[in-house]
Amino acid sequence: MSALFRLTLPFVFFLIVNNVCAYDEPVKFNNIEHEERYQALIEEIRCLVCQNQSLADSNADLAQDLRKEVYDMIVAGKQDEQIITFLVERYGDFVMYRPPLKENTWLLWFGPFLLLSLALIIAIIVIRKQSSSDYTEPDMDDNQKQRLAELLNEELGKGKDKE
Amino acid sequence: MIPELGHFALIMALVMAITQSIFPLIGAANGNQAWMALAKPVARLQFLFVSIALAILSYSFLTNDFSVAYVAHNSNSLLPAIYRFSAVWGSHEGSLLLWVFILSLWTIAVTFFSRGLPNYFLARVIAVMGLVSVGFLLFMLFTSNPFDRLFPTPADGGDLNPLLQDFGLIIHPPMLYMGYVGFSVAFAFAIAALLGGKLDVSWAKWSRPWTTLAWMFLTLGIALGSWWAYYELGWGGWWFWDPVENASFMPWLIGTALIHSLAATEKRDVFKNWTILLAICAFALSLLGTFLVRSGVLTSVHAFATDPERGVFILILLSFFVGGSLLLYAIRAPSTKSGGQFKLFSRETFLLFNSVLLLVVMSTVLLGTLYPLIVDALGKGKLSVGAPYFNAVFIPLMTPVAVLIGIGAIVRWKQDDASRVWQQLRLLLFASIFIGVTAGFMFYEVHLFRTIAGIIAASWVTLTSLAAFKARLTNKKNKLAALQIIPRSFYGMTLAHIGFAFCIIGITITSQHSVDLHERMAIGDSVEFAGYKFVLDKMHVVSGENYQATEAVVNVFKNKRQITTLRSQKRIYAVRNMPMTEAGIDSGLMRDLYISLGEPLDDKAWSFRLYHKPFVRWIWLGAIFMSIGGMLAATDRRYRLKVLKHKTTLSDKLATST
Amino acid sequence: MIRYLLPLAFFIGLVVLFIFGLRNDPRKIPSPLIDKPAPVFNLPTLHAPEITIHLKDLKGKVSLINVWASWCAACRTEHPLLVDAVAKDKNLNLHLYGLNYKDKRADALQWLNQLGNPYIESAFDESGSIGIDYGVYGVPETFILDKDGIIRYKHIGPIDKQQLDTIILPLVKKLEAQQR
Repeated sequence: MSALFRLTLPFVFFLIVNNVCAYDEPVKFNNIEHEERYQALIEEIRCLVCQNQSLADSNADLAQDLRKEVYDMIVAGKQDEQIITFLVERYGDFVMYRPPLKENTWLLWFGPFLLLSLALIIAIIVIRKQSSSDYTEPDMDDNQKQRLAELLNEELGKGKDKE
Repeated sequence: MIPELGHFALIMALVMAITQSIFPLIGAANGNQAWMALAKPVARLQFLFVSIALAILSYSFLTNDFSVAYVAHNSNSLLPAIYRFSAVWGSHEGSLLLWVFILSLWTIAVTFFSRGLPNYFLARVIAVMGLVSVGFLLFMLFTSNPFDRLFPTPADGGDLNPLLQDFGLIIHPPMLYMGYVGFSVAFAFAIAALLGGKLDVSWAKWSRPWTTLAWMFLTLGIALGSWWAYYELGWGGWWFWDPVENASFMPWLIGTALIHSLAATEKRDVFKNWTILLAICAFALSLLGTFLVRSGVLTSVHAFATDPERGVFILILLSFFVGGSLLLYAIRAPSTKSGGQFKLFSRETFLLFNSVLLLVVMSTVLLGTLYPLIVDALGKGKLSVGAPYFNAVFIPLMTPVAVLIGIGAIVRWKQDDASRVWQQLRLLLFASIFIGVTAGFMFYEVHLFRTIAGIIAASWVTLTSLAAFKARLTNKKNKLAALQIIPRSFYGMTLAHIGFAFCIIGITITSQHSVDLHERMAIGDSVEFAGYKFVLDKMHVVSGENYQATEAVVNVFKNKRQITTLRSQKRIYAVRNMPMTEAGIDSGLMRDLYISLGEPLDDKAWSFRLYHKPFVRWIWLGAIFMSIGGMLAATDRRYRLKVLKHKTTLSDKLATST
Repeated sequence: MIRYLLPLAFFIGLVVLFIFGLRNDPRKIPSPLIDKPAPVFNLPTLHAPEITIHLKDLKGKVSLINVWASWCAACRTEHPLLVDAVAKDKNLNLHLYGLNYKDKRADALQWLNQLGNPYIESAFDESGSIGIDYGVYGVPETFILDKDGIIRYKHIGPIDKQQLDTIILPLVKKLEAQQR
């Protein structure tokens, strides 16, 4: 098949072959705060193998290793920022499902709200303009009248056919 | 030989589609009645040929004809017959054929239910749909022919992806495509109106039922997809903000804006250009979705095996249809005369705000979906935009939509008095706040703020919808008779809005209050979780038609009484040697219990994931209400009696304008 | 009227973006480790568990680290190319090391016996923790380190003949020519 499809093969194999003997031991925390942070973190970290799942959702071997890594770091008392830095240093910004707010994500985070304000302002200006103008329902121009006559004829004609 | 007939049928369909688009268009421009009259019969012939092609592909699947490459890649002699049938649209080529089939289905529906339409208009509508069909048939024949042969013929096929061997796949794609492709009707109506140069109220009226129907199918299709992902992927998620999901959600958002904007255009002769633009956008987004899913520009869990060559082809199609129609819009829109006038405080304003908001929400989803691509294109690295982003941005943007629904239902057309509306709404507002706060504090301990906000929003939408409904009955002596007079579309709207409230409740409570537990269990072990006791009764091997499974049987007790037995399987599908998790679910209106079997651990224990998901069903229930609402609205009397009604509006117009 | 052209202008922007997107593979994630010192490792060798190999052992020459495993099907397609490249390398410019990733020792040794061993030495990363330090996510992966142990290039997925001849070998030659 295509070149791209061949390219994706290694990932697929990685997923399948290593899945069978996967390590899936449930993790236990003594500390509820640790557990919540763990859960929140693994839900926001992207698995690089299957790429469209978070660490929490993925069964891939690498995801399990990384979950364990996150677990160990939390238990060792590392802060969330340190854990994220650890991962970003190795895999890049790509691993974070929540893009950090920085120069290249400025548009992403503020764009929607800017657009909303802009759109509402324009809408209000347009509405005000049309409601304050001395506007009355326009007479039909000649073209419209002719068209209306045509339509009427057509419709009436049809009606007659039916009768 | 038979597959070649299928191929031939596609070529014939292409010939028909070309005829269907060229002659009626020229005929409509020159007033040539005979050429315009070609549209209907040729469209029906096209439908016939596409149906033959689809039937032949299905036949190839059912008879395990592995000399057909598409069948060989996506089926297997062990595949159960029902999935052999749905495997027809299990991958790229076949789903494209389904796409074209559904397009031709909508086209012949237009040819049959169009008695009220003027000839030249109908000719243009059918021609535009034919043109879309030409594009996709060319695409199929040049890059993705489902009838390509495979030499040498393999002894057996590669099998359908086990994820897709499921009831959900049988119905989800056809529903979704009915929605996606259905917007081509609204698109064709818009283009026909632009080509004719006359945008009038009747255009909106003709276009409305079709648009509402397409929207209804899309709503159902998305809900089915969400439900399918929920039970099939095995981790209890129902929405992932995956690019493919976003690709179906964006046309839905614009479709929603469109049906509301069409209402204003039809009733009040306002926002004509805006509505046309939304109609173009809705279909453009359907095409964009097709591009995103099939071109490989974005990664996604359920994208098709992609190919850049196909991507180029769809991009050309996309540029032609969307670029062409936006150019036509830019040429024709400036001469549109604005119609009815309205004040700032009027239902028109609220409808406009609503559609503007939905457009902003759609733009946000689009921005988030494409942002990794944008950043990459600018050479600023690779990043991910996932659920945390979308949730953070989507919720604040959707909240005003819920607020506006409530106000919009009460405010009158043209002009209203703010203090009158406030009089009517304040009680409902207080009631909503009261319900939200009480329910929140009574039932929940964590995430109170969001929970309460969600319940307030849902109560607000429900109460205001009911109040608007009740207003129709006041001052009527015979309430029963009054109920019958209320148009069906009004029932539809009320139901759809209440469905939206259901979705809000479902989404809020499931997201805020679902809990899960990852646990090691051996036979006989029990776990207390979310007020239930789960006991692993036994593990045994189950054989399916084409898989072997290990099944865990878990009994669930509440207050010492057994309430259900959950079975979760870990399946290994023979052909692809691929593991799949089959979740065990006990569903209920108030909560789902969801259990998914994990990996074997040492000493006979297994890993389990247990989920308690309150109100998750309400999400899909809400979508079902919205769909039924759409159905009611689309089949309103006044669309069925087109000829008669049309006549009266024309004479009304004549009377007022002379 | 300019404002009626805005939707079209916006759409053209999108199309330009997609043209870029089609020429680009979204699955390839550039490593943040490029132009950074290679993460330190100190691992037992595959052939002799009692002997360890350290990142220091690689310094002073341009070296390649190929991450592989016997369970990885794509490695099997890549392997003959590596064996061949090393065999042809008469000037001994190609210092190829293996990082045997999350494998079983016996399986890995058998694999090399069967298919040939192109590696000067393979480090045995049983737990995969060095793999994490190197940001490995899809085996096989290949890193090129310069004489100072700085990562200069990373290849994800199996290398094909063309990539070897046009990208990897020329880069090795270029780095080799550089003064420390």
